[in-house]
Amino acid sequence: MSTSTTLEAPNTGTWDGGNEPLKASYGKLMMWFFLLSDAFTFGAFLIVYGLSRHKHLPYTGEPDAFTFSTEWWPIPEKVFNAFPGFHGVDLPLAFVALMTMILILSSVTMVLAVEAGHRMDKNDVQKWLLWTILFGAIFLGCQAWEWAHFITGDETGMLMADGTRIFGANLTMNQYGPPLFADLFFFITGFHGTHVFSGVILLLMIFINTVNGVYHKRGHYEMVEKVGLYWHFVDLVWVFVFTFFYLI
Amino acid sequence: MAHSDHSHDFNHTGDIPKPQTKAIWKTFGILVALTAFEFLIAFTMDAGTIRNAIFIILTIFKAFYIVAEFMHLKHETKALIWCVLIPMALVTWLMVALLAEGSYYYDSVTNYFK
Repeated sequence: MSTSTTLEAPNTGTWDGGNEPLKASYGKLMMWFFLLSDAFTFGAFLIVYGLSRHKHLPYTGEPDAFTFSTEWWPIPEKVFNAFPGFHGVDLPLAFVALMTMILILSSVTMVLAVEAGHRMDKNDVQKWLLWTILFGAIFLGCQAWEWAHFITGDETGMLMADGTRIFGANLTMNQYGPPLFADLFFFITGFHGTHVFSGVILLLMIFINTVNGVYHKRGHYEMVEKVGLYWHFVDLVWVFVFTFFYLI
Repeated sequence: MAHSDHSHDFNHTGDIPKPQTKAIWKTFGILVALTAFEFLIAFTMDAGTIRNAIFIILTIFKAFYIVAEFMHLKHETKALIWCVLIPMALVTWLMVALLAEGSYYYDSVTNYFK
């Protein structure tokens, strides 16, 4: 019943609410500022990564002769070269390439859902939201595999000074390089993965609302746009994580 | 109630406009092409400052297309665009400053404390 109450006439003066300098709704603006603050957090992670990386010795020898050592920072291509089902085959960055493609694709299906929302096309919104949820969930699955592999390690491991070998990674030591390397891997990709997970939950919520016709009754699909902003931000962060963690 | 449920008209008329998705797929194409190019470089060029510079420039291009087109920031007001860009520029500045700091740590540790 609350929706049927008579609204007061909107204010039109400059200082009593009639002025709208940013021409965006309250919800969207707050989403932008939240994302900005979130970008600071991810920025801090990447800054720490850059700092630690410059603080450690880079590997200067031939790439083919590269071995894991705590002396130098590992070459990412030598660390991330596994693919599910291809055990022992050297496939540098192949799996992360797949993950990147899945996330970009999910971003596209998200824009398509927003576009369908502008046209009030309930069926299309549902369809594209489902695709986005699917790609998001696949990405999460891929990341789970990536983590499991990173933690377990491979048969080679790393030879320590006392003659023992360590395999895989945890927060205090890892077979790939300095302890900080694995710490930053866990924190950066973990924090991003948490964001993807929250994104999938938000998408499920707006999907249920869309199916129930909540937004159709409301007359607009702005909630889809707001969750869309969040989802694109997650994709954006991955673009940076991908470059700084896996490529450089 | 009369004017509050005008949205129901959509149900009855069934008059949904055709999707306009050309720009979206174009942006997708650009993002895929840039990513593919990054991989090409990762496997054909030797690691070094030039390769890293190319990676960073390509990443900024990708970020531009995601934020400008997918997040629609290009079509918002100038004030909102600056609200987002100026803080990010400051973060970038911090990043550059701390990279230099990291190099300084490395230099100190290797040259003066050994």
